Amino acid sequence: MIVVVGAGPAGIAAALRVHECGAPVTVIDDNVAPGGQIWRGDSANAWVRRFRDADIAILRGTRVITGDAGAQWLLLEGPEGARKISYSKLVLATGSRELFLPFPGWTLPGAFGAGGLQALVKSGLSVAGRKIVVGGTGPLLLAVAAYLRQHGAEVKLIAEQAGIGSLAAFAGTLLRRPKKILQGGGLALTLAGIPYMNDCWVTAAHGDGRLHSVTLRRGRKEWLEDCDYAAIGYGLVSNDELETFLGPSANIHAARTGEVELSLIEGEIAGLEAAGRGEIAASLCGKRDKARRFAAAIDATFALRGELKSLPDPGTIVCRCEDVTAERLRDFTDSRAAKLQTRCGMGPCQGRICGPATQFLYGWKPGSLRPPLFPASVGSLLPLERTEP
Amino acid sequence: MTVEVWDESPAIGSGATAAGMGHLAIMDDSEAQFALTSYSQALWREISSELPPQAEYLPCGSLWVAADDEELEEVHRKFRFYSGRGIAVSVLNSCQLELAEPNLRKGLAGGLLMPSDSVCYPPCAAAYFLSGIPVRLGKRAESLPDTGLVILATGTAITKLIPEAPVSPRKGHLLITDRYPGFLNHQVIELGYLKSAHSTERDSVAFNAQPRLTGQILIGSSRQYGTVDPQTETPILERMLARACEYMPGVAGLSAIRTWAGFRAATPDKLPLIGKWDGNVYLATGHEGLGISTSLATARLLADEILGRESAVPREPYMPRRSFAAHA
Amino acid sequence: MPEMLLVRVNGREIRAPSNATVAAAMIGAGELIFRQSVSGEPRAPLCGMGVCFECRVTIDGCAHLRSCQVLVREGMEIHT
Repeated sequence: MIVVVGAGPAGIAAALRVHECGAPVTVIDDNVAPGGQIWRGDSANAWVRRFRDADIAILRGTRVITGDAGAQWLLLEGPEGARKISYSKLVLATGSRELFLPFPGWTLPGAFGAGGLQALVKSGLSVAGRKIVVGGTGPLLLAVAAYLRQHGAEVKLIAEQAGIGSLAAFAGTLLRRPKKILQGGGLALTLAGIPYMNDCWVTAAHGDGRLHSVTLRRGRKEWLEDCDYAAIGYGLVSNDELETFLGPSANIHAARTGEVELSLIEGEIAGLEAAGRGEIAASLCGKRDKARRFAAAIDATFALRGELKSLPDPGTIVCRCEDVTAERLRDFTDSRAAKLQTRCGMGPCQGRICGPATQFLYGWKPGSLRPPLFPASVGSLLPLERTEP
Repeated sequence: MTVEVWDESPAIGSGATAAGMGHLAIMDDSEAQFALTSYSQALWREISSELPPQAEYLPCGSLWVAADDEELEEVHRKFRFYSGRGIAVSVLNSCQLELAEPNLRKGLAGGLLMPSDSVCYPPCAAAYFLSGIPVRLGKRAESLPDTGLVILATGTAITKLIPEAPVSPRKGHLLITDRYPGFLNHQVIELGYLKSAHSTERDSVAFNAQPRLTGQILIGSSRQYGTVDPQTETPILERMLARACEYMPGVAGLSAIRTWAGFRAATPDKLPLIGKWDGNVYLATGHEGLGISTSLATARLLADEILGRESAVPREPYMPRRSFAAHA
Repeated sequence: MPEMLLVRVNGREIRAPSNATVAAAMIGAGELIFRQSVSGEPRAPLCGMGVCFECRVTIDGCAHLRSCQVLVREGMEIHT
């Protein structure tokens, strides 16, 4: 049995390829429905429809808790409890999460991630009439702003930390990618009237128990912007914990993810390789390399600028699970030392939020991974027979 | 005397100190073990009020749990042993046990309550004890310096410097949960723990759970021999948790945030190595599961020996060069 | 058009579309405080995708559940 972890674009593409090769495949996904983040709640999406129509087995609301690459099994936790499954080949399409940088007031209710607020709207939250400031970095900000506006929000501005030089160079690369321009053009129409400000970022969020305004900086200018919500995210981080934990193996094929086109082609290739159709996979490598080059251009354009390291005040909480402030952390050079002395990273997020932030702020390397790879009930860690999925 | 502390890790208290439970217990395995643990616990109590909050000192007491009449006999034996030596203890019957720990399964025979036991978070206690003392982290001792005095408090790593030191690793696993204040009131240990600690051959598990000041529950315990692999191992972890659920069924519903493994430094006679080894080298290791409990007494005894003072308890049983012939 | 159903947050009845997550339903009903942080700060969802754990609530007696990953059900009892 070929097991695919993740039902976002990469996982869907991989599972469809495996299915089309006639091999048995099961998909494991934490969300309530397939589509990952970008197609959350989007049952009309062509890929999601194809996936549904192919009637591929999927375990929804299910996470991988631990596993063994040598013995080829995974321990899963889902709505019906825990189960251990064996796999012949494993495709890892675990996608990405947002990178959050701490700044004063970022923990206020109403200050969401950019993709975070979008996900909540896709999950049934109404933002009609809400004033929203979108900020951070990356193409995601444009998609989020357009989406929020389509759903009735008043998006006041988009604060993009990237400099005009980087953005202009990126715009140049778009000329070589016609499809991207159309997407860009489509976005430009929706975004008419929403200021898109380069070299700009939120320096503080304000509110008494909930957000009511943010301070923005652009060059030497600083000003206050009233808002009901903030949607701030500083790019994407790969959810590679499972891959790192299992270690390299001939039976494991990981799909790099990020931008949709890259995720799709990486998923297809990983699925084909898992299904033993490496020759077809090879024919897609040209397309994949092109997508990777575009992804690299995005990474370079939207690289985080050094000034953002000064975003947190001494009293700004950096580890949200354990309320550890910047002043307690900044003298540590090692994540484990900081963890043992301050509890930073000991909470249920298992370092998923504070890890990338502290890596950027202080240069710490991520700590070691231990089971459970995601918080799980102790009951899921009790002895279990291995089953076929 | 000037002193400097070296640790090969970039973090203070990063080895067994971070991996263990931080239980500050009195034990009755032998007179020598009792003497060391009770002396050390008194020292902990003396300094407990000066410990910083992050050391999470919690005087929750220990509860040794008897599952049946045979284990209840052991409870009574311990009661006589401890009362006879001035340690405040009480025997709980089945009902009293339920009241003391509502999340224990029904039908246990009873238990021994030791209110003077407590728990702490050792890495922060260690950092506190080291404040004001020069510490060189990321500094490994490749060989033993021959000037000055050297105290080796390296846990199982002692054999890298002194291959013939009678210390062997005893691997243990732990699990920590999310916060559930009020779920557990005392450190609860099954009496089978003693059988597990006694065995020198078979891998074993024994139920041991600790409430943290944060409200998290720390769940153990396991013992394995002859392995130095620091990875967690699924089969023994599963056994350990199954044992825990036998005593506290509600544990199955708690959210687990992390599991890990660590190595206790074990000696053939279950007593630590405290004192002069040879020349200018002194040892402070081999504490098995009582490292944090006996750390303060270990320090006192070492300082006494180095400074030529009398100790509050006899030092002979812990002499590193003692004969282990009876335990070979 | 999804049907509307009734759930309770800290005893207060709120209406939510049946395909909404608990987190979306709560915010939509003006419940923006999901939990208290360890130092007592009010917190609400951040990541919207189940990794930050800021959206944890107790649902039908079960603590520490990520409300952004749970769909509403008729009669659900939610406590922050």
